[in-house]
Order: sequence, then C-alpha cells, then structure tokens
Amino acid sequence: MESQQHRTDREVVLDVQHLSISFGDNHVLRDFNLQLYRGENLVVLGKSGSGKSVLIKCIIGLLKPDHGQIRVLGQDVIGMSKEELDRMRTRVGFLFQSNALYDSMTVRENLEFPLRRHGRDKSHSEVEALVMEALTNVGLPHTVDLMPSELSGGMRKRVALARTMILKPEIMLYDEPTTGLDPVTSREINDLILKVQQIYKTSSIIISHDMSSVFQTSNRIAVLIDGRCSAEGNYDQLTRNTDPAVQGFFQ
Amino acid sequence: MKLPLGTRNTLAEIGDISRFTARFFREWGGPRFEVQEFFRQCYMIGNRSLGLVGITGFILGLVMTIQSRPTMAQFGAEDWIPSMVSVSIIREIGPVVIALICAGKIGSGIGAELGSMKVTEQIDAMEVSGTNPFKYLVVTRVWATTFMVPLLVIFADVVAMYGSYLAVNIRGDTSLALFTQQFVDILAFSDVLPAFIKTFFFGFAIGIIGCYKGYTSNKGTEGVGLAANSAVVVASLMVFILDLLAVQITDLLGLT
Ligand SMILES: Nc1ncnc2c1ncn2[C@@H]1O[C@H](COP(=O)(O)OP(=O)(O)OP(=O)(O)O)[C@@H](O)[C@H]1O
Ligand SMILES: [Mg+2]
Repeated sequence: MESQQHRTDREVVLDVQHLSISFGDNHVLRDFNLQLYRGENLVVLGKSGSGKSVLIKCIIGLLKPDHGQIRVLGQDVIGMSKEELDRMRTRVGFLFQSNALYDSMTVRENLEFPLRRHGRDKSHSEVEALVMEALTNVGLPHTVDLMPSELSGGMRKRVALARTMILKPEIMLYDEPTTGLDPVTSREINDLILKVQQIYKTSSIIISHDMSSVFQTSNRIAVLIDGRCSAEGNYDQLTRNTDPAVQGFFQ
Repeated sequence: MKLPLGTRNTLAEIGDISRFTARFFREWGGPRFEVQEFFRQCYMIGNRSLGLVGITGFILGLVMTIQSRPTMAQFGAEDWIPSMVSVSIIREIGPVVIALICAGKIGSGIGAELGSMKVTEQIDAMEVSGTNPFKYLVVTRVWATTFMVPLLVIFADVVAMYGSYLAVNIRGDTSLALFTQQFVDILAFSDVLPAFIKTFFFGFAIGIIGCYKGYTSNKGTEGVGLAANSAVVVASLMVFILDLLAVQITDLLGLT
C-alpha cells in the first residue's frame, strides 16, 4: 500500500495500456500493461521469443499493435502522423539489439546520421562537437574514422549507444544491451547506462535476461510471461516472489 | 477451385512487386529527394560494373565477328560484316546481354546489401532517426540503375565495336576510320532509338527487383543469400519479358 502511494506522486512518462499484438496465430502480447516513471531504470525481463523486442518496437512506432494504447510523454503513439512520430523519436532513443550500425558508413557518419534530419540548423563545427562529445562519453573518441566492421562487439555497442545519445533523448529504450558480451564489457555498458541516467536524467526501459546487469541497473523490474506483465517490483521483492515462472529468472 | 500453391505464390509475388513499384512512384521525388546518395549510388553502380561490362562488350564484338565470317564469306559478302555485326549488337544483343550481366552484378549486389541492412535492423534504425529509408535506399538506387544501365550499354556497344574491328583485322585489313563508318552508317534512327529506350526499362527493372528482394527479405542470415539469388533470377526474367514487349511495340509502331 505504501509503495502504491509513493508511486502516484511520480510523473508517468510512458504508459502502455492493454497492448495486444499477434503475428498470424502467434499471439505475442496479450493485454500487456506497463508504466515508466520519470528518471527510473525499468528492466523488462522475459524469455527469448517472449516479445520483448516487439514491445519496444510498438512503443517507438515501428510495429502497429492490434489493440491497446501507448502514451509517450503524454502523446498517443498509435494515432500519430509521420511528422509527429519523427518528433516523438527525437525525444526517445532506441538501442537496437543488433546495434544496427550502418556498415557502409564510418563511425562519424553513423553518428551524424540522426542529425541529418533533426539537427539541420546546426553548423558544421557544432555537429563535429556533438559527435566528439558523444564518442568521448562512451570512451571511444579515437574510433571516429573507423568503419563498424573494424570494431569489436563491445565497441560497436558503445558506438551504437553514442549514436542514440547524440540527440539527448528523455527516454531510452535499450534492447538487450549486454547480451553476447563478456562480463567485464557488460559491466562497462551497465556503468554507461547508469551514467546516462545520472547525467541526463533519462528514464529508461532496459530489456535484459542477464541477471547480473539486471541487478546492477534496475530500479524496478517487470516480468513478461505469456504476453502479460505477470510480476513487477524491485530486485529484492521479486527474489521473494513465489511464482515458479518468475523464480526461474532469479536462481 | 483452388490454384496450386506454386501458382498462388507467384501471383502473390507479382502483386507484392506491383505494390512496391507503386510505392516507388508515390515517393519517387519531392522535396526530400536524397541527391547526394543518388550520385553516390550512380558512381558505385557504374564504377563496380565498368570492367565487367567492358570485357563482355569486347568479347561480344569479337565473337560475333569471327562467327559470322564463314557464313558471310559463302555469299561473298565479307564487306558487310561490320554492318551486320553492328545491327545485331546495337539493336538486340548488346542491350540484352549487358542487362543480364547487370542483373547479375548490380541486382544481386543491391539485393544482398539491402537484405543485410534489413536483417541487422539498419533499415529500422533509419526510420527511427527520422530518415525515410524507402527514399534514402530504394528511390536513389532505382533511379541510379535506371540511368546507369543505359550508359553502361552505350559503353559496351563502343567497346564491342573495337572488338569487332580487331576481329575483322585478324584476316583482313581495314582502317579504323572505314570500319567505324561502315559500323555506324548502317544504323538508322529507328534502330538506335528503341534499343536505347528499352535499356532504361531494363535498368529500372533491375533496380526495382533488387530493392524489392532486399527490402522485403525475411529475417535471418539465409534471407540475405536468398534475396541476392532471387533478385538475379527475377531481374533476368524481367529483362527478357521487357525485351519481348519492346519487340512487339516497335513492331506495332512500324519501327523495324
Ligand atoms: N516482424 C515480425 N513478423 C512476424 N513475427 C514476428 C515479427 N517480429 C517478431 N515476431 C515474433 O514475435 C515473437 C517475439 O519476438 P521478439 O523478437 O520480440 O522476441 P524477444 O523477446 O525480443 O526475444 P530475444 O530475447 O531472443 O530477442 C517471436 O516468436 C517472433 O517470431
Ligand atoms: Mg529481442
């Protein structure tokens, strides 16, 4: 009851209500509900193939849900026009599971790409300064003229993070930021996520099934099972959860 | 009555390609046309195929000339070899063979490139960054192939002429000036124009099919290989179909 009260006085920046989406007979999300509060790191936990990527692609408007409502920073995503979507996407950053760095472009061109449209009023030197600032934040200023194929997996993840952060979004959506990385690099990425939260006061949804990074980065956790949000709470609360499907993640 | 599965899939694919083409015509220009990317694609497409197209054109001219010599000699018409080779290459064989080479080289390249961009979510990433990926990737590439394939065909025609000149001189002795005159004089406007116009359609088809296969490729890395492969097959088939149409139309217009 007490936590309920505590929550109501915080601002909801992202609100997902009754979200359903199916691909043919594959009902991926069924009546999924989720709220993200300003300034928090919310981890969405779920098995592989449970629809975590589908969820955040709906939030950013890449997939259209069958039913439900998504409000991002007070605006309804589903009814948005192309221009409104573009404007919303400058305020919401998306870190892709596969990084999605453009193979045919250098690191600099990759970072400049979001500014093509959203930073057209900026001068050449301002763009350069933004690129270097973003790369320095992830500790890779020396890679600016390399191609993505010349970078290691962890470096690519950090460049992708820099590209997403270049527009200084208010909400970040991280799709499995540490999957496939060694424990040391994972910890570096987690530190970056925490740094982003502290410096830019970003609210984030982090998709993960890497429990050590969940422990390190989460303020709150939502567990996605069978297309629903079947449990939520902080790390300690969920370790005491008795549902075997939830317990499976915390052992 | 139910159509067999293969037929249904083919019809569905034709529908999808038509819809993709219609989308191209909805987004083909306008204020957000990616000029810089268009010129970059033109350069890439031309540059990457120039050597291959040149060699093909050269061999084409050489082989056509050597092979037609015995037949022409039977009729004592050896003087007519340059004219005959000229008409067959410029009118028909040059455009079709070069378009097929381009379908293999350019079509598969575009299919694989866009396919891997799709699989690694780069196309989604463009969308999220406020750039219309269809305009940035598809529209520029289709225009680039539409303009570059005709240029490559002209280049191949010229190289084929030199190949033919070389072959004539294996057994005979003709000056380049005389040969060129014979090669060019025989060509009427009604030979060159339809052949030139159809190459734009070949280029357009190669671009559209390559982009369609890549842009709509399914998830997974095997999707990339499949996209490249079927881009070549369908684009080559399209070249032949368009050629058939072109022949019928020029025939109807009395341009033969
Ligand atoms: N564009 C699509 N078309 C059809 N089915 C899709 C599409 N995208 C996702 N799916 C299906 O939705 C389900 C959930 O996929 P999703 O990518 O969200 O899983 P995930 O939870 O992110 O898993 P992972 O941890 O492996 O990334 C899968 O069964 C997948 O096959
Ligand atoms: Mg995923």
